[in-house]
Amino acid sequence: MTKFLLLTRHDSELGVPPMDQWDPADTNAHLAYLTRLNDELAANGELVEMNALVAPELARTVTADGLSMPVITDGPFPETKEVLAGYQLLDVESEERALEIAALVSAAPGPDGVPMRQRIEVRQVMWTRSEHV
Amino acid sequence: MTTTDGLEDLLRELAPQVLGVVIRRYGDFDRAEDAVQEALIAATTHWRRNGIPENPRGWLLQTAGRKLTDIHRSEQARRRRESSATLDDVPEVSDTEDSLKLLFLCCHPALTPASAVALTLRAVGGLTTAEIARAFLVPEATMAQRISRAKQTLAGETFGMPSDDDRAQRLLAVLKVLYLMFNEGYASTAGADLVRVDLATEAIRLTRMLATAVPGDGEVTGVLALMLLTDARRPARTGPMGELVPLIEQDRSLWNRDQIAEGVVLVTRAMAHGVVGEYELQASIAAVHDTASSWEETDWRQILSLYELLAKVVDSPVVTLNRAVAAAMVHGPAAGLELLEPLDEQLKASYRLDAVRGHLYEMLGDGDRAADHFRRAARRTTSLPEQRYLAGKAASRRR
Repeated sequence: MTKFLLLTRHDSELGVPPMDQWDPADTNAHLAYLTRLNDELAANGELVEMNALVAPELARTVTADGLSMPVITDGPFPETKEVLAGYQLLDVESEERALEIAALVSAAPGPDGVPMRQRIEVRQVMWTRSEHV
Repeated sequence: MTTTDGLEDLLRELAPQVLGVVIRRYGDFDRAEDAVQEALIAATTHWRRNGIPENPRGWLLQTAGRKLTDIHRSEQARRRRESSATLDDVPEVSDTEDSLKLLFLCCHPALTPASAVALTLRAVGGLTTAEIARAFLVPEATMAQRISRAKQTLAGETFGMPSDDDRAQRLLAVLKVLYLMFNEGYASTAGADLVRVDLATEAIRLTRMLATAVPGDGEVTGVLALMLLTDARRPARTGPMGELVPLIEQDRSLWNRDQIAEGVVLVTRAMAHGVVGEYELQASIAAVHDTASSWEETDWRQILSLYELLAKVVDSPVVTLNRAVAAAMVHGPAAGLELLEPLDEQLKASYRLDAVRGHLYEMLGDGDRAADHFRRAARRTTSLPEQRYLAGKAASRRR
């Protein structure tokens, strides 16, 4: 088994507005689709964990040189076209299976039930701290 | 009552025997497996406190029977008749036969290989879900789901010997699962620690059990020999910082001589049977390496001819890679590089081709090219210890 991280990016160029501007029925359909998918993956023993992230406006960015006070800046980042919306950690049989799941996430319905075609980045995990689990 | 020395070993040995009896009595693999797992956990606590009972097998059978009753009772006592019966009236069948049937069931072709590994570890190996989860570096809940899904997939499958027509195929499936389990432990592709001790040891233990159940099978003996001969190098395979030490640089005095001796005897016996399979050939190659005093002193001619035989049985790019190294040792690096040429298409995405090219250019004395290939390999491997090793090779070749 191999672990893969699926990173879901919200891309403003897709022309889909942020979810807080959606019709509530569309939001429900979107979340129901993803809940069903995640439940199924969990029942298969393929989903290790999943997390959705707060909006980038609530993000803070830290840089430090280890000597002076860290520099902390607040979001938002209006110049950013793409933001990380959330991630799923999978443990699956093959890369093919990870890509298949990524395609299902990408096709989650957006406004008016149109598949969003969000960009899902699939990255294999290279190292796991063994005391972690 | 005796002391609790060797308690774990005893429990793990009894696990498949007890499960076999419970399944034969109730014919319900899923619940029987849960009940036996609970009985094993209960035994760990009780026996540690009170000592090992005089008839540990009987104790486990009785406890498993009670646990099964509990499980059924909590399911509205659907099977009152069976639950009230005792396990003593089950006809005797040899323990090895039960263990073999269990292996056939847990390595069923309907399961994905990874599910089969997990289920085998639990049902045949007697490991807890938590232990299996730890070995695979996933949360216990994830592993529990995987095992329970595997058991659902097997619902309706019979606990018995496959027909004579199927037997050879099913035995190969069992070997594949056990070898996968071994490799998962020996060279984890995504783990921090290169060697996960328990899985490799467990795979060897289960393969030993299989070899007792089907004596005289060349490929079963071959897999056991291959595991022992590979595992024998384990103490030399990682350095103090967890880094990978390749065969060429290993301190051979650290190798496990007893395992090597046993592996050599087994592979010699297996090869005497005539028809030679993939695992026997791989074990023979490992035996040549393990009995050589150094990389240079290795009988590379023999290794090359064994790889040529292996290529006739399984013609995979990985076999060609290994063959190229052997050819380079016998006929010089140019011969090895030539063998690698057709692999560019097949192994486009793999770091292995670059790693081998790096070594062959190094042999040829072309440090720049070697460094290039090592660097490309380092960028594309998915294993951190391997990346550290390859980046180190690239750095040492840079001028």
